[in-house]
Amino acid sequence: MSNSKKYWKGIEELQETPEFVKLQQNEFAEELPVDKFLGDESIVDTSTNRRDFLKFLGFSVTAASLAACETPVRKAIPYLNKPEEITPGVANYYASTYWDGNDFAGVLVKTREGRPIKVDGNELCSITKGGSHARVQASVLSLYDSARIKGAMMNGKESDWKAVDAEVSSKLASIAAAGGAVRILTSSLISPSMKSAIAEFSVKYPTTQVITYDTISYKGIADANLASFGKSFIPTYNFDKADFIVGIGCDFLANWLSPVEHARQYAATRKLNKDEKKMSRHVQIESLLTVTGSNADKRIAVKPSQLGLSVVNLYNKLTGSSLPSKSLDTKDAAIAELAKELNAAKGKALVVCGSNDANIQQVVNAINTHLGAYGSTINKDVEDYTRQGNDAAVNALVAEMAAGKVGALLIHNVNPVYTLPNGAAFKDALSKVSLSVSFADRVDETAAACKIVAPDHHYLESWTDANPRKGHYALGQPTINPLFGTRQVLESLLTWAGNTTNAHDYISKVWETTVYPSSTGFLSFNDFWFRSLHDGVMASAAAASVVAEPVVSALPESIKITTTAIPAPVAATVINGDISGAASAIVAKAGKASGIELVVYQKTGAGVGNQANNPWLQELPDPITKVTWDNYVLMNPEEMKEKGFNTLMGQEQMADVVEVKSGSATATLPVVAQPGLPKGVVAIALGYGRTAAGKTANGIGANAFPFVSFTEGTYNYIASGVTVSESKDKYQIAATQTHHTMMGREIVKEATLAEYKKDSKAGNEDLLYATNLTTTKIEGKATAKELDLWGSFENKNHFWNMAIDLNSCIGCGSCVISCTAENNVPVVGKDEVRRSREMHWMRIDRYYSSDMNEEVAEKEGVGAIDKFLKMEVPSSADTIEVVFQPVMCQHCNHAPCETVCPVLATTHSLEGLNQMTYNRCIGTRYCANNCPYKVRRFNWFRYNENVEFDFNMYDDLGKMVLNPDVTVRSRGVMEKCSMCVQRIQAGKLEAKKNSSRPKDGSIKTACQQACPTNAITFGDFNDQQSEVRKAWNNERKYQLLEEVGTQPSVFYLTKIRNKSANEA
Amino acid sequence: MEHHSTATVRQPLILGEKTYHQISEDISRPIEGKANKLFKVVFTISALLALWGVGCFAYTIGTGIGVWGLNKTVGWAWDITNFVWWVGIGHAGTLISAILLLFRQRWRMSINRSAEAMTIFAVICAALFPVMHMGRVWCAYWVLPLPNQFGSLWVNFNSPLLWDVFAISTYFSVSLVFWYTGLIPDFATIRDRQMKPRMRKIYNILSFGWSGSAKQWSRFEEVSLVLAGLSTPLVLSVHTIVSMDFATSVIPGWHTTIFPPYFVAGAIFSGFAMVLTLLIIMRKVLHLEDYITIQHVELMNKIIILTGSIVGVAYLTELFTSWYSGVEYEQYAFLNRATGPYWWSYWSMMTCNVITPQLFWFKKIRKSFIATFIISIFVNIGMWFERFVIIVTSLHRDYLPSSWTMFHPTFVDIGIFIGTIGIFFTLFLIFSRTFPVIALSELKTIMKTTSENPKQPHH
Repeated sequence: MSNSKKYWKGIEELQETPEFVKLQQNEFAEELPVDKFLGDESIVDTSTNRRDFLKFLGFSVTAASLAACETPVRKAIPYLNKPEEITPGVANYYASTYWDGNDFAGVLVKTREGRPIKVDGNELCSITKGGSHARVQASVLSLYDSARIKGAMMNGKESDWKAVDAEVSSKLASIAAAGGAVRILTSSLISPSMKSAIAEFSVKYPTTQVITYDTISYKGIADANLASFGKSFIPTYNFDKADFIVGIGCDFLANWLSPVEHARQYAATRKLNKDEKKMSRHVQIESLLTVTGSNADKRIAVKPSQLGLSVVNLYNKLTGSSLPSKSLDTKDAAIAELAKELNAAKGKALVVCGSNDANIQQVVNAINTHLGAYGSTINKDVEDYTRQGNDAAVNALVAEMAAGKVGALLIHNVNPVYTLPNGAAFKDALSKVSLSVSFADRVDETAAACKIVAPDHHYLESWTDANPRKGHYALGQPTINPLFGTRQVLESLLTWAGNTTNAHDYISKVWETTVYPSSTGFLSFNDFWFRSLHDGVMASAAAASVVAEPVVSALPESIKITTTAIPAPVAATVINGDISGAASAIVAKAGKASGIELVVYQKTGAGVGNQANNPWLQELPDPITKVTWDNYVLMNPEEMKEKGFNTLMGQEQMADVVEVKSGSATATLPVVAQPGLPKGVVAIALGYGRTAAGKTANGIGANAFPFVSFTEGTYNYIASGVTVSESKDKYQIAATQTHHTMMGREIVKEATLAEYKKDSKAGNEDLLYATNLTTTKIEGKATAKELDLWGSFENKNHFWNMAIDLNSCIGCGSCVISCTAENNVPVVGKDEVRRSREMHWMRIDRYYSSDMNEEVAEKEGVGAIDKFLKMEVPSSADTIEVVFQPVMCQHCNHAPCETVCPVLATTHSLEGLNQMTYNRCIGTRYCANNCPYKVRRFNWFRYNENVEFDFNMYDDLGKMVLNPDVTVRSRGVMEKCSMCVQRIQAGKLEAKKNSSRPKDGSIKTACQQACPTNAITFGDFNDQQSEVRKAWNNERKYQLLEEVGTQPSVFYLTKIRNKSANEA
Repeated sequence: MEHHSTATVRQPLILGEKTYHQISEDISRPIEGKANKLFKVVFTISALLALWGVGCFAYTIGTGIGVWGLNKTVGWAWDITNFVWWVGIGHAGTLISAILLLFRQRWRMSINRSAEAMTIFAVICAALFPVMHMGRVWCAYWVLPLPNQFGSLWVNFNSPLLWDVFAISTYFSVSLVFWYTGLIPDFATIRDRQMKPRMRKIYNILSFGWSGSAKQWSRFEEVSLVLAGLSTPLVLSVHTIVSMDFATSVIPGWHTTIFPPYFVAGAIFSGFAMVLTLLIIMRKVLHLEDYITIQHVELMNKIIILTGSIVGVAYLTELFTSWYSGVEYEQYAFLNRATGPYWWSYWSMMTCNVITPQLFWFKKIRKSFIATFIISIFVNIGMWFERFVIIVTSLHRDYLPSSWTMFHPTFVDIGIFIGTIGIFFTLFLIFSRTFPVIALSELKTIMKTTSENPKQPHH
């Protein structure tokens, strides 16, 4: 029934009148006065009808939506008023100074459009002379670390500077008024201005005391010098003046005291050419295989506890005296031999020791005195001020704090909660301090426990000065406006002292009153200041020797700075102290050593861990183990096998995780095999196990600082009686190199000095091949080049070549970081490194020697399979030798990669470069397969702006470090070393502006620039006078895998070891 | 006139007492009938595998080649292994139809159609890899010498990879045309038998309106012969060129002059193995026992012994050459193959490719469907390992030990490989139910000469 219902709108519809039916046809029942309504009667007459209207509408909508499809417009905002000194596209360079409490360097900062993008050594800095450490190279990225604090903090919350200043000032005033102790815990203060500011601060708060804490202590040397010479100081060393260098547990090339300087000096003694066939001899006595030990001509592996005994025995053998000692059994002969050699090199010898045991250092002093090293290879007059730490004072401070006697504690440039062996105790004690202030740049382990965080600028945002050693003054200037609301420590201290001068004015005032008076040849202070600022170091060479000690010495007596003080110069009287007593102490201590011994050490990348959140450093392979992103327990491989641990590294080779215990310190870490480390010794690197450094660093590895012991007034970095547990777990290690020997191949060519003296081509004999007379028209044997089937390229204008002196390369890795920074090399993270997908354009191959070779196999009748298996095993700890070889694209002139690319994405330039055209590359990877050197790197993923790769290229801040001259590569393309083609182009343009040709040495590749030992030479082969051409003519020259016929533009100079007759 | 059928020397190629009509009936049955349950199950599984493969491909394109297990040292692994494997499989079809045609081998007539189909599908699977392995697959067309506005960029005619592009595309087009040409009269037969008007129309289009006139037959014969002539060098050239991807390189283990003949022999070897694998199943499922007989299988097995032995000799020659060359890299490369971390792949290859086919010397094994089937699977596996050995074990330890590393496949590597098997079987199954799987018209030409039918009506 219901569906028969009908609804109607009106009676007309029901009745269906004809009018209704007619009107129903129309859209509107009556004519609508639209035109009238719009007020334009003429519309009726237009030819534009409704359909046209729809067409127009459709067109407009389509056009609008098409326009909306455009790629998003990124803002490129031009300068409204262009700063005079900035030209977009042209880099500006500023000299500055790097000091983080551990490494000192004069640096040259490259800025582009107001952003610092690269830090290199300053050639005017007499300490580093243009070389730089990997950690210094990487420091530019730490500027753009998003973990940095954005402003002042109070009680763990964001605050503002006004509130913080009010709080600190009032608290300090009340503490000082009540006679409460005010303590400043700082790294070695080398800044005259900081010292002056602290002096002012101390005037305002008279109960102030400064406690100097070096994260890595050198107090043992200072104490030994006090005993030996009546003065506590650290000398400077002249390795370049030494013919014979002995390092005892001392990684002086990579980490000890002033490594870049030492490396440069050391390499200078080992440069060889046709006319000068002599080089220094270097013997290393050590436990852990260090970078320095790897470079030694002879390495004597001993246990850490035996280092002291070696020193005493060496002294006894050298001088014929009989200090109390103990035999080193199998090593005695080597030490006796060493003593004989050293005695022959008297006056030109140098013995350095890395121990922080004053007794050992005292005997070392005696050895050096005996050898006449003082005044020749050791400079007592130029003292090093970068290590003034007083370990005992630090320890006393912790006790003082725990007793609630410290009213205020200001912590500058150190992270004691993390780095002190008793960091936990320090943290507890910190809560008893009513005003604790940290100047850390991030909420690190210590800052998190402080009430106030007054974040310091990054050094690239700061005005700084430094006096790292006697007579050496350096300036640091900001290269960018502060990124965040941070404030320089100097200004914070001055503010709290009631001085509102800014850092720049303050430093210039300090320099005017202290440094300027000793300068010569300047009309006014302004002249001097701007010159010094430009140079980054105190202008005027004449001023190097005598400079009045700055303000600090003028402090009121009451304000004691408990550094290892810098008293007035004393006559260089040799007291030599009680070395017999020292020797007895050494023997006694060595006698106590038992069980497994432990060495804690610094890695080139991690250092003391202050830059742990820097992904470049995390991904930098350790020079020796080639492991990235981790610390681990190093152990002798044979011992590992005995314990059933896995010694192999690889993509799916899991390392065994063990627990290492020493006293109350424990660390649970994977075990990694380290050939060269004696049995019964383990080693753990510092700088890992950070818990509050930032997303990159947190949770990586374990902290080894708790293993540091405080004994006899100094921090010691060795321990004994350590226990290592059974394997508890499995853990994946990521290494860039998992095969460690050369497998009997001539990859790094090597000879001994004696052989080299006899024949300049020693170890580098021409590779000759039998020929077919009819096809080659060559009689007898020919070289690979002569047997070439290819036509050659004509490089008429320039022909860029690179020489790498393997005798100079120490394997430190500065070049790798420099290359990363220059060429926007992406960080790929641990898991990708584990899959052998690191992106580094250059790598440093490290090979261990093996006891198996062709001759041995033949003599012993070892079959081929066994032979190769044994070749994979590195030599034992006593005989191991290490070689380093930097490998980047070899820029082959007959490049196998170029012929196989189907789309010509990799081609040869007219200047001999093998060039990669990223936007032509379709990613077949054929080129990489066909590269005998395996230097090509493929973008397996998009490494930028990809959340999976949450490193600097993912966040906006981190991207500021990118070099605008170098393309950031997209996913799916191949990349590789370009020989810094952007620098070549810039150099050519610069020369063109002067209508000249680029001068030899004016164009430097990034790796070359960073190299502290000048192992890398780059230049134009067509320039007959160029250094690279000279290197080509060196008889040590060889091309890697020459027999493949690739004819690389990169070539190597053989490594020469200065072995004594009975070693070779 | 006496016929060969009376000769006792040779077994007849067509069993059962067949008439021309019966042949048409037998071959058309799968097309005209309904699919059975088994077919549906197998088809579903294949299609799912294919889909899984497509998904893995999509994931690769979306995320990056990094989802595979490749690395800085091993830039090719499963991708190019699969490519070469599939291309190799794709060799049998053309060999059977072209070379055996020229050699007047009549037994090929029962198997050439499905072998050619297999070729086409294998080449499709193969071609997926060189395209998909590109880091920027969306730029894949850059390998074609197209006039462009990229700044007059041209391809690199020196690159073996470019030769591959031409070789594979030529081989694919010629094989396709050859296959299709043969299908034309058979499509017409199917058309003539069709009752449904729509199907009739479709098959009419597919048969290009074939009417079976004498002129058409004569042209058909001519075209077939010309195409056979064209295809014959291709059988040799394709894998020769594929082998040059490796042979022209400088990597120890790749840089070998023996590769072209060795690859061609290997390709035929693997192609016949795959044909056997498929036909032994097909004859059962589609009830073609009378057409694909043990004699066919035995003849193919003989080719497998021959090519397998050639491959075996090639392996040993390689070992000898590497030792005799005195080049330490070469020596190590081969020693590493046999005793290094991938020893298992080398010995799998040796066992499957060199030892198992030698069992065919025994007549009993050679004449057993089951044994042949099992051995054919072994050969398929062995040939996959051969390519894996050549590619991965050569790359993973080449010149500088500092770069030595391993290759570990990811689930995507495996997924893509399984996916292409799925694609292959899906296509083959569709083929088996829509196309005449045996060359009808050709087979009918040998009815008189070599069948079991004694009552030959006309003499």
